[in-house]
Amino acid sequence: MTTRAVADDLFVEREGTPHLVGSRCSQCGTTTFPQQPSCPRCTRWEMLREELPNTGTLWSFTVQSFRPKAPYRGPAEFVPYGVGYVDLGGRVLVESRLTENDPTRLRIGAPVEMVLEPLRTEPDGTVVLTYAFAPRLEQ
Amino acid sequence: MTADVAIVGIGMHAFGRHPGVSSRAQATHAIKEALSDASLTWSDMQFAVGGSRDGGDADTLVSDLGLTGLPFANVWNGCATGGSALQSAHSAIASGSADVGIVVGFDKHDSGAFSVDPESMGLPAWYGETGLMLTTQFFGLKVQRYLHEQGLDPSILQTIAAKAFRNGSLNPNAWRRKALSEREIADSAMVSHPLTQYMFCSPGEGAVALVLSRADRARSQTNRPVYLNSISMRSRRFGSFEVFSPWLSPERGDSPTVDAAAAAFELAGIAPQDIDVAQVQDTEAGAELMHMAETGLCKHGEQEGLIRSGATEIGGAMPVNTDGGCLANGEPIGASGLRQVHEVALQLRGEAGERQIPGPRRVGFTQVYGAPGVSACTVLSV
Repeated sequence: MTTRAVADDLFVEREGTPHLVGSRCSQCGTTTFPQQPSCPRCTRWEMLREELPNTGTLWSFTVQSFRPKAPYRGPAEFVPYGVGYVDLGGRVLVESRLTENDPTRLRIGAPVEMVLEPLRTEPDGTVVLTYAFAPRLEQ
Repeated sequence: MTADVAIVGIGMHAFGRHPGVSSRAQATHAIKEALSDASLTWSDMQFAVGGSRDGGDADTLVSDLGLTGLPFANVWNGCATGGSALQSAHSAIASGSADVGIVVGFDKHDSGAFSVDPESMGLPAWYGETGLMLTTQFFGLKVQRYLHEQGLDPSILQTIAAKAFRNGSLNPNAWRRKALSEREIADSAMVSHPLTQYMFCSPGEGAVALVLSRADRARSQTNRPVYLNSISMRSRRFGSFEVFSPWLSPERGDSPTVDAAAAAFELAGIAPQDIDVAQVQDTEAGAELMHMAETGLCKHGEQEGLIRSGATEIGGAMPVNTDGGCLANGEPIGASGLRQVHEVALQLRGEAGERQIPGPRRVGFTQVYGAPGVSACTVLSV
């Protein structure tokens, strides 16, 4: 199966574990996601590429219950998906799809981990991958 | 309170769905009504400012209204377009560069959630492609977190929506004129948990126009001027939680509404407690809940008690969204912020009919909010 990422350098895999790629201000330490060339906090243009933690906690959530219009490019057959902000170790809160779409099974503060999931399959069979966060079993 | 600028004429085309009536026709209807209300003509207008997303370029209205050569600026600031148009007009008069002018906002949208091009907002294509770029999601995410942090019961959302439709049922210009029970609202289709279909406003149609004049000449034009004591518009600061944000900082910051409201009250020289009637952005029920506190009308967490006690009803101590707000009027983006000012002007003039607030009516307030994090607030008085 041929796969490709939905965007270049949005995420990377390190020893089988996916990580989002953000950027960090070399002056004030602010972390952004995705990467950007300037710091929205201190306004300087000195950002460094930074791979983000793979686990975090759910900060807020909702569920997308209808098929979005363009520019959404998911499969024609729509399955509701969760959407949330995930706190990655107090560094940055990233917005993400969630693998869980039942709001009664989502809880603010719950531990989650990043996974890659298929967004759609192209006509040539290539599977387009995006990132999502999945509930993590509490230790 | 002092004011440099007064509203001497107000006009509106009813909000809702008007098949066969162009957005431009709705705009000219509102303008003619506002001019008539001010006993002025199009030729008297020294400038105009207008905005619309889908209704066409505002300045092209001159071909219907008259080619008088006046300067006509088009503005666009998302849902806060009306606020920005009004601020531009206020500046023109307060600076002394004009004595009288007109502001217009109008729109006509397709049904369903707005479709937005990520790149036009400086966002990467994947953000839209993966289904994260929806205003409805943002509202669900924001109110979910807010209810959690403030320990508020989600059922307050249906109570807010029920008030909106009850007020809308008293407003002949509203789109939704049927009162709905809290049960009907809670049981409607879930759109973005915890928000259901009837807790959201819908894109719609409508137009509003306001004629503005130098405050010191207002009395010579009308016997019922409404003074625009202040207007303040702000964009987002670092750490605020706004629509279309692929990431947020753990370092929380105030929303642009907090900044715009504080500046509007300071410029007007009054406190939020002095307000007799307020219109706040209620794109969905949670927005009214959060904006009540962000504007300073109450403290965070106090809303539930105030709402359940009836304080925000038309007959309450702090009436909010007396015309039914966005929920009952829908949201024609260009017109929406000016609708709030039109409603406060009607209330302060004592001409709001069945929905007239019974208590004191001296000072009013409006707050409009839009993507990607802009807010404009006004203080108005008679």
